[in-house]
Amino acid sequence: MKGNGATYTLALAGQPNVGKSTVFNLLTGLSQHVGNWPGKTVEQKSGEFNHDGNLIRLVDLPGTYSLTANSDEERIARDFILRVQPDVVIVVVNAAALERNLYLVAELLALRTPLVVGVNMVDVARQQGMRIEPRVLETALGVPVVSMVASHNQGVHELLDAALRLAADPASFAPRRPEIRPEHRPVLEEIHSLIAGKVPEPYSEEWAAMKLLEGDTQITEVVRQATPETWEQIHALLKQHEDAYLDVAGGRYEWIGRMVRAAITKPRIGAITLTDRLDRAATHPFWGLVLLIGILGLVFWLTYTLAMPVVNWLDTGVVSRLAGGGRLGLAFAPAWLSSLVADGLIGGAGTVLSLVPILIIFFAILGLLEDIGYLARSAYVMDRFMHRMGLHGRSFLPLFIGFGCNVPGVMGARIVEDRRARLLTILLTPLVPCTGRMAVITFLAPAFFGDRSALVIWGLIAANLVILAIVGTLLNRLAFKGLHVAFIMEMPLYHLPNARTIGLFVWNNTWAFMRKAGTIILLVSLIVWALAYLPAGEVQTSLLARLGRWLEPAGRLMGLGDWRVIVALLSSFIAKENTIAVLGVLFGAGNGLGLAGQVARVLPAAAGLAFLVVQMTFIPCAATMAAIRQETGGWKWPAINVGLLLVISFSTAVLVYQVGRLAGLGG
Amino acid sequence: MDNNPSEAIEQSGPWDGSREALKPLSDLPRESRAIVRSLRGGQGFSTRLAGLGVTPGVEVTVLQNFGRGPMIITVRETRIALGRGETSKVLVEAL
Repeated sequence: MKGNGATYTLALAGQPNVGKSTVFNLLTGLSQHVGNWPGKTVEQKSGEFNHDGNLIRLVDLPGTYSLTANSDEERIARDFILRVQPDVVIVVVNAAALERNLYLVAELLALRTPLVVGVNMVDVARQQGMRIEPRVLETALGVPVVSMVASHNQGVHELLDAALRLAADPASFAPRRPEIRPEHRPVLEEIHSLIAGKVPEPYSEEWAAMKLLEGDTQITEVVRQATPETWEQIHALLKQHEDAYLDVAGGRYEWIGRMVRAAITKPRIGAITLTDRLDRAATHPFWGLVLLIGILGLVFWLTYTLAMPVVNWLDTGVVSRLAGGGRLGLAFAPAWLSSLVADGLIGGAGTVLSLVPILIIFFAILGLLEDIGYLARSAYVMDRFMHRMGLHGRSFLPLFIGFGCNVPGVMGARIVEDRRARLLTILLTPLVPCTGRMAVITFLAPAFFGDRSALVIWGLIAANLVILAIVGTLLNRLAFKGLHVAFIMEMPLYHLPNARTIGLFVWNNTWAFMRKAGTIILLVSLIVWALAYLPAGEVQTSLLARLGRWLEPAGRLMGLGDWRVIVALLSSFIAKENTIAVLGVLFGAGNGLGLAGQVARVLPAAAGLAFLVVQMTFIPCAATMAAIRQETGGWKWPAINVGLLLVISFSTAVLVYQVGRLAGLGG
Repeated sequence: MDNNPSEAIEQSGPWDGSREALKPLSDLPRESRAIVRSLRGGQGFSTRLAGLGVTPGVEVTVLQNFGRGPMIITVRETRIALGRGETSKVLVEAL
């Protein structure tokens, strides 16, 4: 079609697991902008591109099952449509679950916005013996319908063309709209007449009347404030028809049933599918857990086997050389400037960036597990354990991500719908050992424990998770007073992974981390550098060393009576893996023992174990704290989290050291 | 908390006497089918389930129920995992 040089705003809507992000990625590529919806911790993605001479602004709405104000996502999606009034809303639906997916279409039609429907995954539906006729569905709905296989880039541009045709000629939009069941029509009309002329923009009276009947909390509040005189009358009427919301929903499905009756020419055959077979193992209470532990182990093994050589090369080959080059280049500059650049800037933030290979590989595997549909199963298997902490299966997913990096873990807690459950999940995420901490313990444990180091490392991870479970249970009992949140989650069909989707998942997560490294981590690196440099330009007499020495009495309780070890621990606040770099500076290289060997010499077995334990459970790094502040909207919860983790890490390490000493591990 | 027996009785008790055919979804064995008759979890809970296809009158099939922990059901071509507490709030008529 020929463009007319216009600018169009299109919104992309759809339920979760319909391939909406695949469509979005295909249309926008890397020109997408990821941010937050104003004032909300819900991710907003948008992108701009040219198509046939038109400038298209595409906004990805949050994936929602319906448009009732049950969650921030649902409120955001409908508020965007009502307030911004995009030229066309593109709805992606899953052909293999067409009826349920059209529920969102039924809700969107009530908003009176021009709509096109993309029926995605028609290949999956066909595999299940289903056949859908897009033309018949189009005629029934009165809405343009395009069938697609987005994972193979089929139909996506036809969908865009259909949307642009509608955008250029909105008057042609003449859909059939769902109607309420006949028995509820009188009460709907009565409500309508009571609120007539009083409903504020951008809501329509008809829509508001229906949402009142549905018990929508947001609209109820809006109308209550707008109708001070008639509210009691409306409220009494609604009270009489309290159960109407179920009929409104049921009525939509009846309407959908009539719409698809002719369009689905062959129904699904009840054969046992691949998903059924895989789920027999993956969701089994016992075998599912065995599988999950196996997959977790494999993820770590793969991540470290593949990434560690690259990380070591980056650290010694690139970061050290850059630092050396920086020193040389600044040889004639004042000593403090050369140290600032070499140790502060390159040494601090550079070391953090050398972790990027670990993150890339971890997120690639995680993205793969998500894309094929396994992550939902892991949430299901973990549900019964998460219940002990008052959480449910969904909260397992952010914790899982936390193994890669706590920052996206904290942000990933957004998928937990309940506010308090989300808060508890965020507070627990720093107890998940991230790649930074793993790098430290895999570096030090062999020097401390020799042949038994692998056992010690796995033991530390297990102990860390036990601590997480205990803390979670206690927090739930004491602070959250026996939280109970509903676990309702779709189990998507398993399907083949899509490289593009996984690639963008890796890119978005890694880029978020690198941005953090470039800002907050850099800033904190510089502060710590200053503390280690001032006042005399020597670390042994620096402010940081004084702080370390001052803390020695407390350190001695956990066997850490050497200020250098304490300073290394404190510096993990920049980023967990920084401990190694700081130990390197303080112990100095050389004398044949290697850094880990030198540290092992001042820390006997019990103290060494205590050091690893305190390192694993220490306060969150600067970037994680910044993420917690962002997600909880203030410094209160990061501060509480730091206090909590200080108590946990200190008391656990003291316990480990004292017991270890009694058990003859040397003190 | 889900396995708290008193809660289960509270949820299913009043129904067992008056409307014998209705029982909580959590009572259904694997591979059994039933018609949803009532959702007893308030507006927020019910509208969330409605978005996933669970409304009164719809047929559900139990894919997994091990007597404790969450369940998996199929409804309108969709697999849904529900926590044990949630399944006790969905009242069904077994087929």
